[in-house]
Amino acid sequence: MTPLAVTIDSARLTYGGTLLFADLTLDLPAGRTTCLLGPSGVGKTTLLRILAGLAEPEPPTVVVTGDGLPLAGRIAYMAQQDLLLPWLTVLDNVLLGDRLRHRRPDAARVERARALLDRVGLSGRERDRPAALSGGQRQRVALARTLMEDKPLVLMDEPFSALDALTRLRLQDTAAETLAGRTVLMVTHDPLEALRIGDRLHVMTGRPATMGPALTPPGPVPRRVDDPALLALQAELLRRLGE
Amino acid sequence: MKALLRGAITLVVLAAGWQALVSVTGLPRYLLPGPLAVADAMVRQAPLLWTHGLTTLAEIVIGLVAGVALGAVSALTLARFRTARRWLMPLLLVSQAIPVFALAPLLVLWLGYGMLSKIAMAVLVIYFPVTTALFDGLRRTDPGWLDLARTMGASPAAILWTIRLPAALPAFWSGVRVAAAVAPIGAVIGEWVGSSSGLGYLMLHANARMQIDLLFAAVLVLGLFAVALYAAVDALARWALPWQPDTQPTDDAVP
Repeated sequence: MTPLAVTIDSARLTYGGTLLFADLTLDLPAGRTTCLLGPSGVGKTTLLRILAGLAEPEPPTVVVTGDGLPLAGRIAYMAQQDLLLPWLTVLDNVLLGDRLRHRRPDAARVERARALLDRVGLSGRERDRPAALSGGQRQRVALARTLMEDKPLVLMDEPFSALDALTRLRLQDTAAETLAGRTVLMVTHDPLEALRIGDRLHVMTGRPATMGPALTPPGPVPRRVDDPALLALQAELLRRLGE
Repeated sequence: MKALLRGAITLVVLAAGWQALVSVTGLPRYLLPGPLAVADAMVRQAPLLWTHGLTTLAEIVIGLVAGVALGAVSALTLARFRTARRWLMPLLLVSQAIPVFALAPLLVLWLGYGMLSKIAMAVLVIYFPVTTALFDGLRRTDPGWLDLARTMGASPAAILWTIRLPAALPAFWSGVRVAAAVAPIGAVIGEWVGSSSGLGYLMLHANARMQIDLLFAAVLVLGLFAVALYAAVDALARWALPWQPDTQPTDDAVP
């Protein structure tokens, strides 16, 4: 799958008569992970939902793709909740997309689902129900389900924010490894998370909100938590968030 | 086992109290027979109770199955089609405002003295709780699941079958439990209005002939049916929803 570049341009959002932002631009370069940070209620989730096709874009907002084709059907979405269906097994949850598109998963698809579960560290748990898993394991299944979709653009809305600190760090490692080479937009509250796995970081602040310039942390992902350069950048990010 | 023992003790105490009341007050048998007299009637009239009980049981079970099926189809139609919701919801509510029991004589007139009018009665009583329970369940799907399904390119029909319906099953089974509890009422009312067989018919008959012990025995059999039916539906629900956790604590905390 060739990575896809996506741009959301002239974005405008009003909520209850208040202008949240206007003429906003967000670039998602092909094959890179872009992280979007900002305080609650600034409209970052709405930007993500517009790209996901879950929110109607307000005119004159436009979504431009690198190949000029519409984005519908070419995204994979991962939310803060794992959104696993409790009545399906772990394996069937990973294969949910096929089921919803009335496609009976063949042996190759099942094999791929098993391989992805193995990759997120859950081999042997295929037949379990989600209730038997811990919060971190459930989110790993959600990650496998997202990867199973194998779409050019991956949209993640605070995917790890409900997890404890240590589990979150481990999952960031897994996510950075498995999502390498894809176009990813990740909305997050956590500056450290963005610095660990993001190629480009944008901070969205103010009312009406503006998009800050891209911050590009050096080095390959996932970056080490105790990297001094990373900690310096974290201070910078917190300063920008506080503005 | 302990629960069974507790139930048995409760029953024995209640029966003893009842017998004591009858013995002390000396109420005549045609007003309030004691439990021993009822037990005696039950044994003596066992074949009679059995044939009439079988009729009523058949009416209840067939009515339950048909009513639940009809309610499920209605709820799915309402959830799937906006037009159906707009046109049928008011009708559904108004239909419930009419007391079903007032329709019993009409049903007997239209469908005859046989089992059909009683089954129809049971279906009418069951239909509303099942439809509303399932429809409510279908309306309350986690919006996150719906978002996920939409990003996966699912059609509304696929979302209904794969996500909304399974998610609504716990609510549906609550409706079926209520239905199992009220179905016997529908069947017996139908029998009271006009029939030649069934426990309701037997009760009226026994009442008219002052065979109050037989009346009590018939009520007891009906009660046993209702309890057995509820237990069966409850077991079925648990079997059908192994993923649904039972979060009711087994014992209330001691203050």
